[in-house]
Amino acid sequence: MSTSVAIVGAAESDLGVTGRSILGLQAQAIGRALDDAGLTLADVDGLATTGVSRFSATQVADYLGLRPAWTDSTFAGGSAFEMYVARAVQAIEAGQCSTVVISYGSNQRSARSRSLGGVVESHTPEAQFETPYGPLYPISYYAMAAQRYLHRYGGTRERLAEVAVAAREWALLNPAAFRHGAGPLSVADVLGAPVVSTPLTTADCCLVTDGGGAVVLTSLDRARDLRRPPVRVLGYGECTTNTSMTAVDDLTVTGAVESGRAAFARAGLTPADVDVAEVYDSFTITVVLTLEALGFCGRGEALDWIAGGRIRPGGDFPLDTSGGGLSYCHPGQYGVLLLVEAVRQLRGECGARQVPGAEIALAHGTGGILSTHATVLLGVDR
Amino acid sequence: MSTEAQQSHQVPEPDEVTEPWWEATRRRVLLVQRCAACGHAQHPPRALCTACGSARDLDWSQASGDGVVDACTVVERAMPGFRPPYVVARVRLPEGVLLLSNVVTEHPHDVGVGDALRLDWRPLPDGRALPVFVPSER
Ligand SMILES: [Zn+2]
Repeated sequence: MSTSVAIVGAAESDLGVTGRSILGLQAQAIGRALDDAGLTLADVDGLATTGVSRFSATQVADYLGLRPAWTDSTFAGGSAFEMYVARAVQAIEAGQCSTVVISYGSNQRSARSRSLGGVVESHTPEAQFETPYGPLYPISYYAMAAQRYLHRYGGTRERLAEVAVAAREWALLNPAAFRHGAGPLSVADVLGAPVVSTPLTTADCCLVTDGGGAVVLTSLDRARDLRRPPVRVLGYGECTTNTSMTAVDDLTVTGAVESGRAAFARAGLTPADVDVAEVYDSFTITVVLTLEALGFCGRGEALDWIAGGRIRPGGDFPLDTSGGGLSYCHPGQYGVLLLVEAVRQLRGECGARQVPGAEIALAHGTGGILSTHATVLLGVDR
Repeated sequence: MSTEAQQSHQVPEPDEVTEPWWEATRRRVLLVQRCAACGHAQHPPRALCTACGSARDLDWSQASGDGVVDACTVVERAMPGFRPPYVVARVRLPEGVLLLSNVVTEHPHDVGVGDALRLDWRPLPDGRALPVFVPSER
């Protein structure tokens, strides 16, 4: 099992409030990731990116002066980058290209380009049948999932808040985190924050920041001659489920069931093998649903399972160790930064927030309204 | 929330598949698309049946007007054209589909999972109407 491809470079762009352009952040992230790998633009013959323009990969290739032999601009929201890892592995293993950069950049906070209603395309069924009712996109969908989940399993708002409280604890250990200097977050803080769409408050919702990142992949054979210890791609899987708010019959079960099952099977691993997990935390409820879907705990058990500090620093299940989308950085499509943090944890570069001896990492992206789900398993080269 | 509070949002023109559904709203009739080949009900209306793939056997049935809250949220932040707080809900119809809708009530925070609902209508400027729901009397 496993794959013959490795991640050899990883970097963030500037984060937070940058005053930079999208392409400026892209170039910064790509340059830093290539430096990290000890490679240059001349080595890059594959490129995957999104969120730039209609022709995202083409646009970035042009901007960098590249003529790649392989590109991917699959648009799938925040999980796109975990999907790109799968496609990059396949392209490298098939010999279509040898060195792939996966990148992202957003200046949404500086540019004030985020809208509560999201982007509605008038030719879609949602524009006729959903938008007229005024759901916040994507928040109201996650809010309904949270309400349904808490109702079904008798969970409380207080216990759901643990996801945000733990994320803040990690952010306090990460100097790059947007909330690094903000101090601890209490359950009362989360519940007392302004309500956006019941039962979710602003503290249940990811940040709105600028930011970006990039990772570089090449064959494991080549990776072993490069500057950094290779981080192997052990497995991947994905599942795409819905654009509509009414397509999925049970709001509490997501496509991460299928994406996780595929990734663990490909890697020959089980959830118990994971040392550190970077799970997309667009909202507190996203984490709860994803942990259950990936099999870390049973249905309806996640709030019990995360109680008592398990996902906080020092706990036995280190989760979202950067501080996550909730307290570190959320530049619209956060999935690339899950990969960056997973790579750094496996290389032992994380300083105060380092998970000692981490050998297997999981990165799981979720896009849209629990629409797209993609799981990647990474491991040290043993 | 009054029905009049949420009316400025533009609803796109129907397409060739959704036109019968929207035309029925002019008569205050809620349609559900049903496949005559396999019996599957689906919403929104589509050009083929998602259960069996048939594109030739799609038909319409009239909804009873009953519904139950599958999940709901009270929107507290202002969107252009909407006046919070208002209830957005997934409404499960006995005809076998889920609709996104509003539950129109003076007490938005009292609406919960499993609540029984009745169909109501919010008129649109062009004569069509949006199906919305109100809490059932009983
Ligand atoms: Zn059918």
